Amino acid sequence: MIRITGTGAVSSAGWGVPAMMEALDSGARPELSELVRERKQGEPVSTPVLRVPAAPSTLPKSPRLRRVSPVSKFAAAAAMEALGAERVAKAASGEIRLGVVCALFNGCVNYSNRFFGEVLADPSVASPILFPETVFNAPSSHLSALFNSTSPNDTILGDGAEVYTALEIATEWLLRGDCDGVLVVAPEEIDWLSSEGLRLYSGNAIPSEGAAALYLEMGGEGPQLLSIPDPVLLGGGVDRVAALKEAAFAAEASDDGRTLLADSRSGVASFDAPENEAFRAWAGPRFSVKPVLGDCFGASAGHQLVAAVERLRRGDANEALVVTLGGNEQAAACRLGR
Amino acid sequence: MAFRADQPPVSALRPVAITGAGILTPMGADLAENSAGFRAGRTAFRPVDLFDVSRQRVGTAGQVDLPNSAPGVSRKAWQRMDRGSRMAWLAAREALDAAGLSGGEMPVVIGTSAAAMPVGERYYLQAIEGKSKRGQLTRVETYQPQFQMMEMMRALGVRGPLRIVSNACASGANAIGHAFQMVSEGKAERVLAGGYDALCQLVFAGFDSLQALSPSGIPRPFDAARDGLALGEGAGFVVVESLEAAKARRANIFARVLSYAAATDIHHLTQPHPEGDAALTTMEKATRAAGLEPEQIDYINSHGTGTPLNDVAEARAISRWAGDAVSKIKVSSTKSAIGHLLGGAGSVESVICLLALRDQFLPASLNVREIDPVVEFDLVQQPREAVVNTVLTNSFGFGGANATLIFQKEVLS
Repeated sequence: MIRITGTGAVSSAGWGVPAMMEALDSGARPELSELVRERKQGEPVSTPVLRVPAAPSTLPKSPRLRRVSPVSKFAAAAAMEALGAERVAKAASGEIRLGVVCALFNGCVNYSNRFFGEVLADPSVASPILFPETVFNAPSSHLSALFNSTSPNDTILGDGAEVYTALEIATEWLLRGDCDGVLVVAPEEIDWLSSEGLRLYSGNAIPSEGAAALYLEMGGEGPQLLSIPDPVLLGGGVDRVAALKEAAFAAEASDDGRTLLADSRSGVASFDAPENEAFRAWAGPRFSVKPVLGDCFGASAGHQLVAAVERLRRGDANEALVVTLGGNEQAAACRLGR
Repeated sequence: MAFRADQPPVSALRPVAITGAGILTPMGADLAENSAGFRAGRTAFRPVDLFDVSRQRVGTAGQVDLPNSAPGVSRKAWQRMDRGSRMAWLAAREALDAAGLSGGEMPVVIGTSAAAMPVGERYYLQAIEGKSKRGQLTRVETYQPQFQMMEMMRALGVRGPLRIVSNACASGANAIGHAFQMVSEGKAERVLAGGYDALCQLVFAGFDSLQALSPSGIPRPFDAARDGLALGEGAGFVVVESLEAAKARRANIFARVLSYAAATDIHHLTQPHPEGDAALTTMEKATRAAGLEPEQIDYINSHGTGTPLNDVAEARAISRWAGDAVSKIKVSSTKSAIGHLLGGAGSVESVICLLALRDQFLPASLNVREIDPVVEFDLVQQPREAVVNTVLTNSFGFGGANATLIFQKEVLS
């Protein structure tokens, strides 16, 4: 029996799961800020965003985290919280074989942006410190180093629903006995490139950043992972409403009035229409993280999962269906039970 | 169902075969051209003209001649794919054809490191230069790796769950490893798996900034005076299939996949542990899982980048792994001929291993003038005809991703 025995989150609401849950429970969106940059000709471009508050001093001290970009700091903080001090110590001493799977949509955009700017200006002085941090698997590599783990470590790329595939990989590793526990992490950072990119899809979207982490192991205390069906592929001509319904059906969720639905709606009408239609008649409790926390790209689905786990833990429901419409690749779902 | 709590545990692992392979490298556009090139000991480096290299320390790489169109792919579909995806399509098409498959339902596992970075570069340039957002939404959409791979799958006529692994330079090997595990555990009957990467300015400049590129442009893996790697581009794909399904449809069997192992080197973000600890782990795990002893491996296609630190670490790992048998272990690095294909390296080198099995030869480590004293194995410096039944390939990446795959001729399995 695979259980989610630890959760961690960094969001625009703050560092930690309690801050995120408090924001979600109150429904109060954190304060927007402006991300401003200048074009080459000097005219400014401003984008409203939700940023993660300044980092607390509780971030782990590690040589690996000295020069990293925000995405790795978010990942580290969420992972530390999901593991907890006792398991961190066990991993460090080799008592736990700890696997790491990171799911990314954007990746390390800040350093990629900075490094490419340096390359265009004068490649002969482009920083060798920045470049390795532009590689997609830098955050997950830092996590393995931080926890002294030589077990498998995978970084996977996809749309906003990719974290479900990360969960699936974690189940494979656990069932195969490759690891004693697996950290599934979905971290994202923003810069002007990605924020402006999101708002090309809709001027009402609020780009955000953060990370979510789930710790999975065989047994232990925490909600059970009941099913992760294969994601339903999107693409040309695929009806998104049908894709969402198919994903939910494949997860074997029952809308019995007591099953919690964690969806991926954002408050942007054009984005939300398929989910509004697919789950119009949902009888049980339902919540969305994006209207409060902003659109965290791939991390939002992680926040959905963490919030669903927390609500199961506190007894809000016996089962939860977590469903995400990813954007341009997949509609994905998973079912959790207490 | 990918996972369900009540699914029965895997009772027995199924034998796994490779029924199709395809390759596109600076050496050539298909299996035949690559086999001929590696058997002749050719190299394939040239000046890079895809982007401005005039201010870089190095101006050459293994650049591919890419056709402007592909048979059976509409002009519109070809244009939606970026350079890397086109390479992936060509190699994947060859792999499917070799497997006797036109397309169909199957999971797809892809390894890439840079993905569609050139598209991201164009988006960035437009954003900083212009006031116009014209074309930017298309660039944002087509920059995304999953968009590119979905386009490629559509153009191949393949439909199934997509998994994109991005573990830097081990990605391609990880992709084949994931596919092997899916098939051996009964999650899929067949999987299309491979890796690709195209040359792009950001990555080229990145390796140059690290001073990892050989100033001469000539990589010399395992040479005492080696001074860096050369970059290349390309793609390698395989069809990974259960042996039972392959035999049932009388498919051509290139080889059996015996094992896959992965581990993480936590020594440093960009430097391997000096003793090659993680490489030793994956080689030991892979040979143990395959039920083999090191002396039963006829050939190792090493990661062998040609950088000072990588080659020492890998050579030490091979010595520790092989023990007394080390002098009999034949090793080469085909990066000496085509360069380092980054996310594509592991899958391309896997396909080169399949060519070695099929055509019974050992590709060479070229450009070696004096072998580094740390090398205790038999470094293959010229292509050789040889009896090759079992091969091992290593792939290591930034961030400490380490992977090993073992393939064997079907007749022995």
